[in-house]
Amino acid sequence: MNIVLSLLAVIILLLLAFIGVDVAGWRYFFGVIMPMATIIVFILGMVYRVIKWARSPVPFRITTTCGQQKSLPWFKASNLENPYNIWGVLGRMFLEIFFFRSLFRNTKVGLKDGPRLVYGSTKWLWLGGLVFHWSFLIVFIRHFKFFAEPVPAWVLALQNLDGFFQIGLPIIYATDIALLAALTFLFLRRVADPKLRYISLAADYFPLFLLMGIAVTGVLMRYFTKVDIIGIKEMAMGWLSLSPTVPEGISSLFFMHLFLVCCLFIYFPFSKLLHMAGIFVSPTRNLANTNRIKRHVNPWDYPVKLHTYEEYEDEFREVMKAAEMPLEKE
Amino acid sequence: MSEKSKKPQEIIQTIDYKPPRKKWMDPAVEFRKGTFNYSASVDKLKYLDLPFPRKWQPTEDDWQLPDNWQEIIHKGFKDRLNKYRSFRVFMDICVRCGACADKCHYFIGSGDPKNMPVLRAELLRSVYRNDFTAAGKIFGTLAGGRKLTVDVLKEWFYYFFQCTECRRCSVFCPYGIDTAEITMMGRELLNLVGLNIDWICTPAANCFRTGNHLGIQPHGFKDSIDFAVDELEELTGVRVNAPINKKGAEILFVAPSADYFASPHYYTLLGYLALFHEIGLDYTWSSYASEGGNFGLFHSYETMKRLNSKIYMEAKRLGVKWVLGGECGHMWRVIHQYMDTLNGPADFLEEPVSPITGTKFENAKSTKMVHIMEFTSDLIKHNKIKLDPSRNDHWKVTFHDSCNPARAMGLIEEPRFVINHACNHFFEMPENTIKEQTFCCGSGAGLGTDENMEIRLRGGLPRANAVKYVHDKNDVNILLCICAIDKATLPPLLEYWVPEVDVGGIHEMVGNALVMKGENERATDLRGTPYPGKEGSENV
Repeated sequence: MNIVLSLLAVIILLLLAFIGVDVAGWRYFFGVIMPMATIIVFILGMVYRVIKWARSPVPFRITTTCGQQKSLPWFKASNLENPYNIWGVLGRMFLEIFFFRSLFRNTKVGLKDGPRLVYGSTKWLWLGGLVFHWSFLIVFIRHFKFFAEPVPAWVLALQNLDGFFQIGLPIIYATDIALLAALTFLFLRRVADPKLRYISLAADYFPLFLLMGIAVTGVLMRYFTKVDIIGIKEMAMGWLSLSPTVPEGISSLFFMHLFLVCCLFIYFPFSKLLHMAGIFVSPTRNLANTNRIKRHVNPWDYPVKLHTYEEYEDEFREVMKAAEMPLEKE
Repeated sequence: MSEKSKKPQEIIQTIDYKPPRKKWMDPAVEFRKGTFNYSASVDKLKYLDLPFPRKWQPTEDDWQLPDNWQEIIHKGFKDRLNKYRSFRVFMDICVRCGACADKCHYFIGSGDPKNMPVLRAELLRSVYRNDFTAAGKIFGTLAGGRKLTVDVLKEWFYYFFQCTECRRCSVFCPYGIDTAEITMMGRELLNLVGLNIDWICTPAANCFRTGNHLGIQPHGFKDSIDFAVDELEELTGVRVNAPINKKGAEILFVAPSADYFASPHYYTLLGYLALFHEIGLDYTWSSYASEGGNFGLFHSYETMKRLNSKIYMEAKRLGVKWVLGGECGHMWRVIHQYMDTLNGPADFLEEPVSPITGTKFENAKSTKMVHIMEFTSDLIKHNKIKLDPSRNDHWKVTFHDSCNPARAMGLIEEPRFVINHACNHFFEMPENTIKEQTFCCGSGAGLGTDENMEIRLRGGLPRANAVKYVHDKNDVNILLCICAIDKATLPPLLEYWVPEVDVGGIHEMVGNALVMKGENERATDLRGTPYPGKEGSENV
């Protein structure tokens, strides 16, 4: 049900763009208003969410430690798995953000006869996730060429690297294939594993379908139909220079692609996709395990009712006296 | 313990990792005997001034909730979102990738899909989405939102008291989402409407009043320590001094109270006493702060702070220089990650320095409390004690990393260092079950009750199974641990799954191996078990 609804939602979005542009002729809306609104909603939305997080304090230092602490000199401390200074934290975060360190640890449990529990290493999720995120990032950066004239050299270099294998005409980008493959894997994984199917919400399928829609329309434009790249670039640069135009001759396929991209970025700040920002602020990962070295202050700390030694001795003075225990007041 | 009458094979057969066809969003909990904990007693709740004390049990239909319970929880939820960034972020960013799903010992031992950490969190998250997010308010269930109904609340009670806050899932989560944090918030919310369990609130109330979980009064505490001193003399021939409430001592020693009233903890106590005597440590016990453990951690921020306050207050009153802490798991989560923040700064204490070796414990310079594993490994490193590991040759040992020292401190090599000097035969369990990936005993966080036995046995299966592995392979016959809850709950667990393996503490091994000045030739170990060839000896 969640799958069908999510797929349906993406199809409706595609149809909206198609009908909107081809039938109703709202080219200005889909080519200018929507993208510019998206940029605003995305930025404001993300700022709003991050400020909301930032306004909740971190009352305690609750690092999850995954390696040896720094204690005595002859125990080799693991700064990356159990950071004891800022470099350790930065290293840990770097590995986490760019290489999904924690996911790399993943195991799969199995119950065999005996009974015997076995734990196998399983790196598929790590690999699928890593391939998806990296290829999406590279594809995203490749699109910078539409926003700058001349195209920055490093974007071109990245693009050349991506087309390194020089297969096909136009040259096939490795990341296009990787992105589609990874998305397919992440989807199939959700459907094939009963546990995952059980926990998956519409909010898990919808972004996958949305991304697939974006990738497929993008691939269609690059490899299978001709689109007016010059016109598109003119339009894209218009958004940023705040002098938007909608050149003639841009195909409705492009508008469908663009509309899905807009939907993705509008959806972003209000969904689980927020994990992109969240990974930077997760207190179990971004704090050093220096708890006993440096005092951490809780900004909302307040006094609570205590049971003092005096009250304690008042209650137990007689028995303490009989047991010849030292007393404050005889 | 009728649940124990179920044979291991019967329990195993019911484990199915394939979830039911029914959607998880429909709440349905059955409070079956053996799978839940009894409610907290009214007088203990009153003693702690906790809200809505009343008589009720989870099995009853009517939980006698206050009329405006939904409002109370909604307000409490909002309050906590504003107080804890962890909570707010963890509510927002989970992508349900499922990496955590099979990391939970309760899921592995039960197959209950709501024991997957992701779903445990979704129990709160679904209500969060419904009440606090735009998407949830507009799209409702489609956006994964759920209204807070009595059934959902009952589900919270069932599953938040079926999580031991062990944080194993957090190790594997790509965003470090910490289910312990989620469970702690869930339990705080339940407390707001008077839903508490007795195994947490009774020890907490006792501890608040008398200083320890069992409610042992000061003279009883003194008796226990004195008794141990006598017994140690019988075993070793050495009379040790164990001062209590001694002003001006250099060090205050705080251990979990189980060490002086429960077995096999008791042998660890004998080990501490022998060690402190042998090195001539100027220290004191305290009857007022006679509990290192803190069941407030399993209850709420306030209760944790109230119980924990005693340690610093007592250190100040007695005028000690610093504090040394015994073998305990969750106690060390509180001391390491919370104490300084809750009740510090401890500016009336000095930065800890070992009076024996002169080593500065720089890693404890602010909190001023040192773990006994750090302390003892420092003694060993500097050859300040003489250990004869052959006195532990009757033990083939393995070591269970307790959740909190492993995943909240990183105290991983220190205990191994001590074991390797005190024992000749040490075997590690498989790597996916130790160190930061260690499995919980299945009974932590206040869930170690007899009425909860089936869940405990299920939750302890991964640990017990790893013990069985080294038992079969290396003839391991004792599981060492540095946690009082472990020492209390692993024996019945192992008795059920791996009957030939005992449970002990590391300082019990130290006490066995410690060569003391003026001691008699040891005829038995600290348990009174005769060494081979010494069976007829007088000291038995």
